[in-house]
Amino acid sequence: MALLELRNLTRRFGDLAAVDNVSLSIESGEFVTLLGPSGCGKTTILRMIAGFDLPDAGEILLDGKNIADVPPEKRPLHTVFQSYALFPHMTVAENVAFPLRMARCDKPVIKTKVQEALESVHLWDRAHAYPHELSGGQKQRVALARSLVNRPRLLLLDEPLAALDAKLREEMQHELIDLQRDVGITFIFVTHAQDEALALSHRIAVMNQGRIEQFDEPSKIYGFPRNRFVADFIGNTSMMEVQVAEAAPTHLRLAVPGLGEIAAPPREGARAGRRGWFAVRPEQVRIGPAQDRELENHFCGKVRSFIYVGNVTTYTVELADGTPIEALLSNSAPGRARFFEVGDDVAVSWRHDAGVFLHE
Amino acid sequence: MMSPSAGATMRACSSMNSRFGRWVVSLPPMLFLLLFFVAPSLIMVVASFRFPGEYGGLAPLVDQGQWQLTLETYRFFFSDFIYAEIFVKSFGVALATTLICILLAYPLAWLIARSPKRHQDVMVLLAVLPFASNFLIRVYAWMIILGPQAAVARAVNSLLGVFGFEPVTLLFSPFAVLVGMVYVHLPFMILPLYTNLAKHDPALLDAAQDLGANAWQRFWKVTWPLSLPGIYSGSVLVFIPVLGMFAIPDILGGTGDILIGNLIKEQFLGTRDWPFGATLSLMLTLVVLGLAGLAAWLARRGVRRHA
Repeated sequence: MALLELRNLTRRFGDLAAVDNVSLSIESGEFVTLLGPSGCGKTTILRMIAGFDLPDAGEILLDGKNIADVPPEKRPLHTVFQSYALFPHMTVAENVAFPLRMARCDKPVIKTKVQEALESVHLWDRAHAYPHELSGGQKQRVALARSLVNRPRLLLLDEPLAALDAKLREEMQHELIDLQRDVGITFIFVTHAQDEALALSHRIAVMNQGRIEQFDEPSKIYGFPRNRFVADFIGNTSMMEVQVAEAAPTHLRLAVPGLGEIAAPPREGARAGRRGWFAVRPEQVRIGPAQDRELENHFCGKVRSFIYVGNVTTYTVELADGTPIEALLSNSAPGRARFFEVGDDVAVSWRHDAGVFLHE
Repeated sequence: MMSPSAGATMRACSSMNSRFGRWVVSLPPMLFLLLFFVAPSLIMVVASFRFPGEYGGLAPLVDQGQWQLTLETYRFFFSDFIYAEIFVKSFGVALATTLICILLAYPLAWLIARSPKRHQDVMVLLAVLPFASNFLIRVYAWMIILGPQAAVARAVNSLLGVFGFEPVTLLFSPFAVLVGMVYVHLPFMILPLYTNLAKHDPALLDAAQDLGANAWQRFWKVTWPLSLPGIYSGSVLVFIPVLGMFAIPDILGGTGDILIGNLIKEQFLGTRDWPFGATLSLMLTLVVLGLAGLAAWLARRGVRRHA
């Protein structure tokens, strides 16, 4: 039985369905991320699971039991808030002891559990500090320790890394992964940052306008997006409008108006004549001098712009009909930051099994 | 491009300018305080050691080349228990007023702070609206409200009559004094409390609830401790004026309801014993300063912890 099950969950604000008939099943011990742009309903779902908001329709089942009538303070789950929401008048240790004191644990039990929890986030030496004396990352870890100290069935995390700078965010990502593995508690993580979702999760639910577009493992979400929205939202993608010319079990032939034909990996439901989109990732696209014709799918174009980000350079190449294609070139050799200039004639190409055909 | 030394000079100039500017800005209030607070206070201190004049006022400070100073008023103050008693009673009234103000103001301030933003200003305005009419008129109004012929007194007495109690007079009693004190000073408790409560992060209450706290625990463990700085400043604003208040006991109190304020006023305007009046008011000032210092220390500790 799933640990948490959302059945046809709906929440309306006026005419707007913030959460629209969402069903989701989460297993015990999983790290699941709700990913989507702001306003997609992910935080509303989190608040409904926590009990701060009630669904207009549908059910939330925890261990198979409907928890609609259980108030937030009685639900065996905790939330890590975006602002951390540490109690400013309590020390770190008092903050972490709070849920234990509410549960009326014995003093010695509280003491050992608080120490354990703070040691697990490497903050035992700051036990007597007040929250305003801590850095952002430390506050974050206190909030985690406080939420995990009485072993909830489920931990909800509402964009907990949003307030941290890039370096610290990466550090905390590693810590979150380790922590989740060590404590074995199910995490539901809400974020709009796709890199965070890909790095942390066992499974990702990509949300848009109150609905779940795709619920899958990170590599499936990235490699086999179900539709245009998912392909576009996760990572960079170049997209072309195509029509299926031939649908063989081993491959697809796609007609690109004005450019010719391309070969693509097979896709369920792709029949000859169907219109759709072909999406290819920048790292799948090779960029080379104009005469380079090694691969099956190749097009000529001009470099329109490039972005140098240190480890790689991303070129945007404009094809003959104006379609932009992004290609990624590694800068592994020092001193060779870029090979091409804006306006250069180049060829872009990709393997016949790269990219994906999208119906919608 | 400016040369580095030119930049340094300009920085020095601007820092001198800003220092000068700070002086200019703070000079008028400093002069004001010096002239109308420090100087009168010193005059009072000196006056408390002088002899009373034959027909009131003060005897000359220097008579026949001799300084005319004495500790007589202080000896007098400590010789009679009644003054200490009046001090204690005044503190009792001030304390009671402060506590009642906290009890009344807290729910009100909480309500305002929890209202939609656009309603808050109107509600605060309503809370301070009584200030728009004259203080004495408002206190005299209570004379009518609490008077023996008014509906309040008659209702109370008929209710007491049902249970077989003797009728009471509401006006000219410690009760009336307390009512007047609370009524006049309530806004001074509401405002700092509201300011404090409005600043509370609502996420803290969500977090407390999420971590298992029921409504009662959320209040006592989160809202209450975080509102203490507001309680401290409100208490200072209520307690200290109440301690020196003489108009309300004069108007609403009976003959026995003399507080420090009345006593001091009596020395200057009634018995015309200025040195003793100065002594009493000096004692009051010292006690109040001590209390204000204590409150400030408590509040600062609170703010530091709650920042």
